[in-house]
Amino acid sequence: MDLFLQLLFTGIGIGAVYALVALGFVLIFRATNVVNFAQGEFSMVAAYLMVVFSVDLGWPYWLSFLIALAGMAVLGIIFNLGVYYPLRHRTFLPVIIATIGASILLANSVLAIYGPQPQVLQGWFETPGIQLGPVYLDSQYLLIIAVTVALVIFNYWFFEHTLLGKKLQATSQDKEMASLLGISVSSMIMITFIYSAMLGGLAGILVAPVLFVSIQMGSTIALKAFAATIIGGFGDVAGAIIGGLALGVIETFGAAYISVPYKDGFAFLVLIAFLIFRPQGIFGERVAEKA
Amino acid sequence: MSAPSEKMVAAPVLRSKPLLLRHLPYFAGAAVVVALAAGMQFDGYILNILMQATTFSIAVFGLSVVLGLCGQINLAQAAFFGFGAYAVGIGTADLHQSFWLCLLGGVLVAFVAGAFLGMSTLRLGGHYLAMVTISFQQIVTLVMINAIWLSHGPDGVSHIGRPELFQSSQAYLAFCVAMLAIVGYVVWHLPDTRLGRAMRAVRDNELAAGVNGIDVFRTKVYAFAICAALGGLAGGLFAGGFAYVSPDQFSFAESIVFLTMSLLGGVASPVGSVIGTGLLILIPEWLRFLKSVPGLYLAIYGLFVILIVRFMPDGIWGFVAAAFERWRAQTRAPPAVKALQLKPATVGGDTVLEVTGLSKYFGGLKAVDGVDIAVKRGGVHALIGPNGSGKTTTLNVLSGLYKATAGRIVLDGTDITNMPPHQRTAAGLGRTFQNIRLFRSMTALENVEIGAERPGNTMIGKGIGGDAALTERAMEALTFVGLGSRANELISSFSYGHQRLIEIARALASNPTLLLLDEPAAGLNSTEKLELHELLKRIAAQGLTILIIDHDMTLVSEAAQHITVLNFGRRIADGESMAVLRHPDVVSAYLGSE
Repeated sequence: MDLFLQLLFTGIGIGAVYALVALGFVLIFRATNVVNFAQGEFSMVAAYLMVVFSVDLGWPYWLSFLIALAGMAVLGIIFNLGVYYPLRHRTFLPVIIATIGASILLANSVLAIYGPQPQVLQGWFETPGIQLGPVYLDSQYLLIIAVTVALVIFNYWFFEHTLLGKKLQATSQDKEMASLLGISVSSMIMITFIYSAMLGGLAGILVAPVLFVSIQMGSTIALKAFAATIIGGFGDVAGAIIGGLALGVIETFGAAYISVPYKDGFAFLVLIAFLIFRPQGIFGERVAEKA
Repeated sequence: MSAPSEKMVAAPVLRSKPLLLRHLPYFAGAAVVVALAAGMQFDGYILNILMQATTFSIAVFGLSVVLGLCGQINLAQAAFFGFGAYAVGIGTADLHQSFWLCLLGGVLVAFVAGAFLGMSTLRLGGHYLAMVTISFQQIVTLVMINAIWLSHGPDGVSHIGRPELFQSSQAYLAFCVAMLAIVGYVVWHLPDTRLGRAMRAVRDNELAAGVNGIDVFRTKVYAFAICAALGGLAGGLFAGGFAYVSPDQFSFAESIVFLTMSLLGGVASPVGSVIGTGLLILIPEWLRFLKSVPGLYLAIYGLFVILIVRFMPDGIWGFVAAAFERWRAQTRAPPAVKALQLKPATVGGDTVLEVTGLSKYFGGLKAVDGVDIAVKRGGVHALIGPNGSGKTTTLNVLSGLYKATAGRIVLDGTDITNMPPHQRTAAGLGRTFQNIRLFRSMTALENVEIGAERPGNTMIGKGIGGDAALTERAMEALTFVGLGSRANELISSFSYGHQRLIEIARALASNPTLLLLDEPAAGLNSTEKLELHELLKRIAAQGLTILIIDHDMTLVSEAAQHITVLNFGRRIADGESMAVLRHPDVVSAYLGSE
């Protein structure tokens, strides 16, 4: 039972990271109808930015954090202008391929600059964690969970109760109508890319102390976050979060009770099972193309 | 599973010389290249590069089928390549089986895995497929590294055998080149076969492909399985060539390399595959210094992918071929054709279409609510009603794009209520769309051929020579609507009105029992409307039953003998045209009541 609770805690912590990245996926998908396959690289790049400023240059953690987030905003802008925007009138296939190209470019550029050696990033807190009864609560996991909860609340408030959020929603639902109402569609899409690059970056910075900072961390997290969005119901915000948490828990238990080397395989098996038996996910509803 | 292989040898369109003679130059050229590969003395380094280029090209052929022809993405080609390679590796080195048996086994494993993966996700389309293939790729890599008892883990499999006949590297290379030529031939001609046309139709417009009698899902699964099998074949040949395989040769990065090769050369043609593969194997060899910095080389690949997609969407060969095709289309003369014969089936009773109690609800909205329609054989029946009255929804339920909430649809004695669109088409339904849905990357003739190919079309021959009959039928239908002279032009060069006529020709070529026309007059100018009216008369004169939806009252009242009126999803009037149009409920529905 103690092990069970401990694993549950770890699983939720890791799942919260998937949920954050999944949220980034869903926001971009809703705004542009495109799945951004480089979403995971945003996390990876942000983690490396932290390593550069906080570890290599020895700057304060909070300052490095702000710089990394600002860097992600810039990356979001470049990504939109260089990858998505020129292809916005094409079908989804070229756009998908371009984002995959961008993902390969980002991951391997970092590899070329920084080399293959995984890096270590310290956590935010000095205290490693607290013992609560039988369960040891790692401080970084606690932080991850807290930030995720805060962001979900922020996200809800932002999209439902601010004018900008409503403009973003209008854009994602009907671009033509939104532009006729005087909303600048291209700047709404730009904001979406900036916001989800920062979300992805935040997830990367939060998870970096738990994992190693490596080139592969981006694609691993992205694949699981995508699996999470499908499990939750594609394009659904709540679904992405529930899916992410569920996946983190499944994976942690799978690694503990079944097999460690195949840990990364569980997410994909769950994904394929969902696609076969419940493709619309937990919350989603399939919408047919209109004739 | 036998359907595609039978059809692969069918002839392309509008040429008259026998198949073998026409393709003789290709085989002669291929024989020369094979002889060169066998005869010339290469040093080991060149030999390795050629071996790699040859086997990789076959794997990239697979992508040209699935991505180029069918428009579906596969990011796990390296995994399928790995299946073939490990089958030959483990089979010959550990189990001491014959090379041929292992190669066949590898192809089969890849084929089955591809079909399974396709069946589980192809219904869902692009994004899912991309992610699932990446996931699959990752699982396969994990297994290759961790299942040490089977794959020897990261150490890989060495001492892989070759067939007795091709023991020397030179002879083996010649064998691989011969395989490349054979597979290339099949892939090259695939677009002109029934399966190939179905794939292109699916790529261009899935919905229209479905209502024209193509089983969209099965077509995609075939494309995917063929792609995987070609990957397996290539991998098996690769393993024999290099005698050693290890997991890093079949990673996700390799799948990206395959994709880049395919995109660079041109995804639509095997020629493009060979160009792309050759360039991307040679360029890194010339720029070896790039490999000294880990990552740099793949980073450049990534950049390449973005730039190709942006600036050269059809690849190098696509660019060259498009220019050539434009030139050739102008010089090709259309042949003389006979008049189109419409012979609708006449087996059933007096009523061709019987709809009873048809309902379609979207959540709480009753778009169609308990509608009855009976369409008499040989007549023109119109379905009218104000905007939002449920006309198009009814048509979509009839053609199977929406599933009926309740009710029954009987077409010529067959209950089609629960059939998917392509089966309804096979049962004798033809339709056009309010917003035109043609296959935009095809010529007018090719579009109409897809229609003519309807399973159950008695107006085209079967078996050998079927393709010529198909082309003939399609030409007749195009000539019938007055566009025979422009058969070989791409859809994009036709005006809106003409595109509508091509859509009608596509439905006519299938020789339907019942033709559904969804607002055929929408967006036409007055001259075009007159032409359409004439066309409808000529169609009706041949005894084809038509169910037409339109707003144009002049067209409807003149063309139709029988009218059903819908309002708010319910039938408010039904009967002989003039009587219905004077019916007080109909007048008030259209003009508002006092």
